Amino acid sequence: MSLAPPEPARTTGTVAATTNGGAGTPPGRRATPRPGRARPGRRRLLTRDSVPYLLIMPAVLGFAIFKAYPIAASFWISLTTGNGDARQFTGLANYRRLIDDPLFWTALKNTALILVVQVPLMLGLALLVALGLNSTKVWLRPLWRLGVFVPSLTGLVAAGVMFSVILNRDAGLLNWVLSFFGIDPVNWLGSPFWARVGVVLVITWHYTGYNAVMYLAGLQGIPKELYEAAMVDGAGPVRRFFSITLPQMRPILLLTVVLSTIGTLQLFDEPYVLTGGGPDNATLTVTMYLYNNGFKYFDFGYASALAYALALIVSVLGILQVRLMGERR
Amino acid sequence: MKSRGPLLTLLLAGAFGLCVGPFYWLAMAATQDDKDVFSWPPKLLPGGHLMENLQGLQESIGLTRVLFNTVLVAGLQTIGAVVVSVLAGYAFAKFDFRGRNLFFVLLLSTLVIPDTVMLIPIFQMMMDLGLIDSYESVILPGLVTPFGIFLMRQALRSMPDELLDAARVDGAGELRVLWRIVIPVNRPIIAALALFVFLGGWNQFVWPLIALRSPEMYTLPVATATLQGLSTTNYAQVLLASAIAAIPVMALFLILQRQFISGLLAGATKE
Repeated sequence: MSLAPPEPARTTGTVAATTNGGAGTPPGRRATPRPGRARPGRRRLLTRDSVPYLLIMPAVLGFAIFKAYPIAASFWISLTTGNGDARQFTGLANYRRLIDDPLFWTALKNTALILVVQVPLMLGLALLVALGLNSTKVWLRPLWRLGVFVPSLTGLVAAGVMFSVILNRDAGLLNWVLSFFGIDPVNWLGSPFWARVGVVLVITWHYTGYNAVMYLAGLQGIPKELYEAAMVDGAGPVRRFFSITLPQMRPILLLTVVLSTIGTLQLFDEPYVLTGGGPDNATLTVTMYLYNNGFKYFDFGYASALAYALALIVSVLGILQVRLMGERR
Repeated sequence: MKSRGPLLTLLLAGAFGLCVGPFYWLAMAATQDDKDVFSWPPKLLPGGHLMENLQGLQESIGLTRVLFNTVLVAGLQTIGAVVVSVLAGYAFAKFDFRGRNLFFVLLLSTLVIPDTVMLIPIFQMMMDLGLIDSYESVILPGLVTPFGIFLMRQALRSMPDELLDAARVDGAGELRVLWRIVIPVNRPIIAALALFVFLGGWNQFVWPLIALRSPEMYTLPVATATLQGLSTTNYAQVLLASAIAAIPVMALFLILQRQFISGLLAGATKE
């Protein structure tokens, strides 16, 4: 943060405190216009002091309007019932209703189930793919890396539509492929159990490559000397993986675990397109239930309470994961 | 140990097939007659009905208009979000000012809050402003991306201060420093950010689904989803719409994969 002509500037010392609030101002920072040092930049509107505020202005405005205000307003709405002019403050009524709502618990259970199965499955696969892509013994590595990343570029709707046909029971591609292995057609989207499996399959297909590429970056960032030293000490591949690779990868593993958890808890698009939440609400997720309440039944109060319940769950899980994985360094 | 190479290669080729195979099938299915989409075994060679399906899409969803909407929305969102992110990222990376850390933490903390929390107030805001069913309603909420600002801050921090100071000593104003030095030096990462934002804008679904009402305002994902919801769904057409949604993005990726990957890595590995 050092600036070009710092020394003469700081000799005028007194002004630094008045313009910058003094404390925390790093040395070398020009404080305020000084007489007798007129430069071409001086006459401009954008002085060194006003510039950062002008730079962040668009971000601050957008943040206030589209993040801060909605977050606060949503909480207020969650304490009201009714719509438009008929909206009334009803305190925690929506939250009480939520606790007694079996459909909310179904949605939460579905979401949790998908989370518990899908995130470890996907991240495990991603790590395996990354280890493969990192091996110098593999031919055509760039091609495979390209291919596994491609699904994560697809929009959720396009992927959902595509898989709604691929998973078709009577004529879908997947059942056709399975038939070569002597497996009878599976009713992927028609039975509660297999519909969940189908949703898990599609999300895993969608995001595994993305995580694999992130892991690959992590793997390539591990200093080679660590492995060399371990090999000198006689550590085998398994030992090297658990004693070097995994610990070194902890920050990036943490990042992917937290991001995947947040993403899965907010799952909406895939089940919306694939199953519409069915059959028998087996793939109804919290966000889908929120969407139904807000934008099908226009019950904004209840939908907002659902949103806040979800935000609470996401934050608690996120903090828990950071605690569990982050502190053991 | 040497024998592991071919085996690993084979496994990765398998993973590649699982990832890319569905797209191949999609491209083929989009050229079939509707009744052949659900034929057993699946058709894995091109059919002769591409033009017919395109025409069908033009009639059912107004394909050209929908594509125009999608390009417009994603394009404007990209320009806006990149400008906002570069400006703010530069300020956070290279200036000390009061409230810097506070605002940065506030900004990042919204990453943890599900977007769904914001849906209803933003919807009401847009209703009150009479903006529902307009391009603005879809574009505006996407202009501030905490991820983008974070990415730019990370990237610009690693720029040597001497470079900026040299320009200032030469009498360049702050805007000129930004335009002539910061942006050119960081063009690759800015391109990566632009790609990510464009991808997000091109594929976004939930908010446009809520904000857009009339079919001629729909973006491609929304139009595709409504098309699929019909009881008389023409699946060849729906699949063609999905393919059209996927193809430009993939082409873009193939052309600019270096930027894509470096952007992903910058976001993942720095700090």
